[in-house]
Amino acid sequence: MNWKRALLSTALIGAPLVALLTYGMTRDPHSIPSPLPGRDAPVFTRAVFAPGADSVLRLPVGDSVRLAAHRGEIVVVNFWASWCLACRDEHLDLSQTASAFAQKGVHFYGLLYNDQEKNGLRWISDMGGQAYPALSDPGARTAIDYGLYGVPETFVVDQRGLVARKFIGPVNALQLSALLDSLLVANQDSTRVGPANIPPDAGVTRPVVPAAADAAKP
Amino acid sequence: MTRILGLASIWIALVMSVYGIIAAVIGLTRKRPAFVVGGMQAVYVNFALLTLSTAAMVYALVTHDFSVGYVAQVGSRSTPVFYTVISLWGALEGSILFWGWVLAMYSAVVVWTNRKRAGDLVPWAAVALMTVCLFFCILMVGPANPWGLVSPTPADGPGPNPLLQNHILMAVHPPLLYLGYVGMTVPFAFAVGALLSGEIQSDDWIRLTRRWTLSAWAFLSLAIVAGMWWSYEVLGWGGYWAWDPVENASFMPWLTATAFLHSAMVQERRGMLKLWNVNLIVSTFLLTMLGTFLTRSGIISSVHAFTTGTIGYYFLGFITLCIVVSLVLVAGNSEKLRSDGQLDSAASRETVFLFNNLFLTGFTFVVVLGTLFPLVAEAFKGVKVTVGAPFFNKMTIPICVALLFLMGVGPALPWKAASREQLRTVFILPGSVAVLIATLALALGMRDGYGIAAFAFAGFALVCNLREYAIGTRARMRAHGEALPVAFVRLVGANRRRYGGFLAHIGIITIAAGVTASSSFRFEREATLKPGQIMPVKGDLSVRLKTLWGKDEPQRQVVGADVEILRGGTVVGMLDPRMNFYRSQDQPVPTPAVRSRPTGDVYINLMAFTPDGQSATLRVILEPFVPWIWFGGLVVAFGAVVSAWPSARRAARRVEYTAPQRATARPSPVSGTSFPGAAMPMTQASGLPPSLPSNPA
Repeated sequence: MNWKRALLSTALIGAPLVALLTYGMTRDPHSIPSPLPGRDAPVFTRAVFAPGADSVLRLPVGDSVRLAAHRGEIVVVNFWASWCLACRDEHLDLSQTASAFAQKGVHFYGLLYNDQEKNGLRWISDMGGQAYPALSDPGARTAIDYGLYGVPETFVVDQRGLVARKFIGPVNALQLSALLDSLLVANQDSTRVGPANIPPDAGVTRPVVPAAADAAKP
Repeated sequence: MTRILGLASIWIALVMSVYGIIAAVIGLTRKRPAFVVGGMQAVYVNFALLTLSTAAMVYALVTHDFSVGYVAQVGSRSTPVFYTVISLWGALEGSILFWGWVLAMYSAVVVWTNRKRAGDLVPWAAVALMTVCLFFCILMVGPANPWGLVSPTPADGPGPNPLLQNHILMAVHPPLLYLGYVGMTVPFAFAVGALLSGEIQSDDWIRLTRRWTLSAWAFLSLAIVAGMWWSYEVLGWGGYWAWDPVENASFMPWLTATAFLHSAMVQERRGMLKLWNVNLIVSTFLLTMLGTFLTRSGIISSVHAFTTGTIGYYFLGFITLCIVVSLVLVAGNSEKLRSDGQLDSAASRETVFLFNNLFLTGFTFVVVLGTLFPLVAEAFKGVKVTVGAPFFNKMTIPICVALLFLMGVGPALPWKAASREQLRTVFILPGSVAVLIATLALALGMRDGYGIAAFAFAGFALVCNLREYAIGTRARMRAHGEALPVAFVRLVGANRRRYGGFLAHIGIITIAAGVTASSSFRFEREATLKPGQIMPVKGDLSVRLKTLWGKDEPQRQVVGADVEILRGGTVVGMLDPRMNFYRSQDQPVPTPAVRSRPTGDVYINLMAFTPDGQSATLRVILEPFVPWIWFGGLVVAFGAVVSAWPSARRAARRVEYTAPQRATARPSPVSGTSFPGAAMPMTQASGLPPSLPSNPA
């Protein structure tokens, strides 16, 4: 037994490999870093094509919505499409949260991604209405500005016009309300931590990936 | 009750493994044979216990005992019994249980078949096997406990993942995969046994190992092809290989095992590559563990969704243990693994084997690199990258082409050295076939260099391998006056290992040709049709949407399209691509329909439909020669079976032949050719053209 060789090869080959795998355990391969949280939300001006059912949030069709005009208010921007199945899951949660927070000055907008307005309108009526207005995004320009990875994705823009949180996948009412509450409270308490202290991908929330087709494979 | 029985069996198996390891190690180190024998009995007990636990799980699944955690996770009253039984390996915990059972079975067979073998190799190998078994028992009582209690007992469960209850191949692919994947533990255990018992210097262990590697390899080959087929038939993208980490996980050990099967011959014949062979065996096992770790821990993003949990840390710990033990044992003993022989000539079969190993390990390296690269990039550069099919294709296609070439050259060259005339005689025919194919491909408008080379070398290798049969059969017919079929059967029977190997080559060549053809000439068209409308596809081939229908099944709703295939206006076939809507999942699961002919497949996928049944979007993919891939897989496995099948007659004859040379040595039934390249019966060298001077054997 040549212990010198044994230890040398373990140190040179084994240790780096194990170190790499151990490092891998600390990372989440599903999280895609987004530079947006903590930064200025890309501004947009988009036309309303579905008015919204909530009396406070309601806007006439054809009106222009300017994100820049909402400075000082919280805006929730949701990207969706009629062909998106996961959007169905979050629809009720979004709609209810929008109604619940309408009185507190939180605005919700649904931006239609890669879809036709008539499909969007039909979808909204199929789903039993939508509390907040839906905006068209011709050419997916706003979606590109927001670095959309897929639908649904939801961005919460705080009172200073900064992206406070990005949700990838369906949002749920609980998560969203908690975030909105904390933003509303933080606004009253101006000593809160500024955006500069937020690490780049801290504000990204991912859905829990359902367990699936793994086990049949090694 | 079932739950208690199943869980208790695992706990007892865990204790038995600990007992077996301790008893055997004490017996081996303190020279107490009774301890060794006692410790090794644990292997049989473990097999019985894990069989009991697995049977109990199947029973729990079939009887819908939702108090059992695993059943509550994958069971459902509406799932057909068949899919309920096979959901045993449909999710993490069950698959670990199944893994443990396969391992216990292998361990029991290894110990049983070698029970009369003298020496410490098998006991040490049993210790290694029991250690791996212990690890899986720990997983089963810890992070992957299939027998967890669910209280209160739910009335029904969600059922297995829809993708896994959509096709019959789910009953075939996973068991084959486990037989192959887990089977690679056996060669590793033998290597550890040989290193610890000091038998590493004899070549006997490599023969013992080779047959086990070969059978595991056969299962793994079949499993990979079955997996490709499953993906082709179920996933609806019309492809069969995507370089997904899960696929790579099964492919990496296959590559190193393939390399070992070849280089083991060099060690047996020429006493070379000893250290290399041990490394290949160890790497194969470590790659199975690495693959399992990658796919179970969720550290690499894959299209397959993974359950994550603490199990990754357990695997990490166990891999670390395996890596350290392997490296210490192999590097520490490396001086004992010096080569006895040396290369005589560049134009010899051993040179080809060296290149074969070089390319196969290069191939493995590329796949490992591509699979782990996202991790490396993030560790060193902090960037998120994914490595996709373009990287793998670009890197591996040249290697595949080179391997195809070698597959022809190897069988044609003799051991040690070939003369110039030999080379000329041997390569004129296959060489001209290759040139002919390349010219034909160019004339037919193929412009992809690698595609042309792949076809040409496939033809080259096919001719080389087929000719080996022809020459041998002709020689027998002449020498013994046998009729052709008799001569052929006796030729193969007298040297199964050699001719089984050629058969495996022919299978691989078939797969390579199928892959090249289907990827080079794939044709795809998509259209939205109303019932009755015809969509022209290519040439005189068109499809007509006949009707769109829906039906309710207990576990799902099915929407299907009846599509007629027309050739020149007449109906030649009917396909019914479907979309299955499972209650447990909102994404529909497509079921493409495939019409297979030896010349290729018509593959139709139902992409979308309007709820009123007024139109459907169909994607029609023409994939030439795809069935040859599946057929080639069968040929490979059959070749491996021919090669691995124990031949009583040959073993007896070998002993007869070698005995006089080893007058004082006790001839053991398995060892015929302990002297490198020495005691080789002439039949084994008779693959050379009889007119050529045979190697000095």
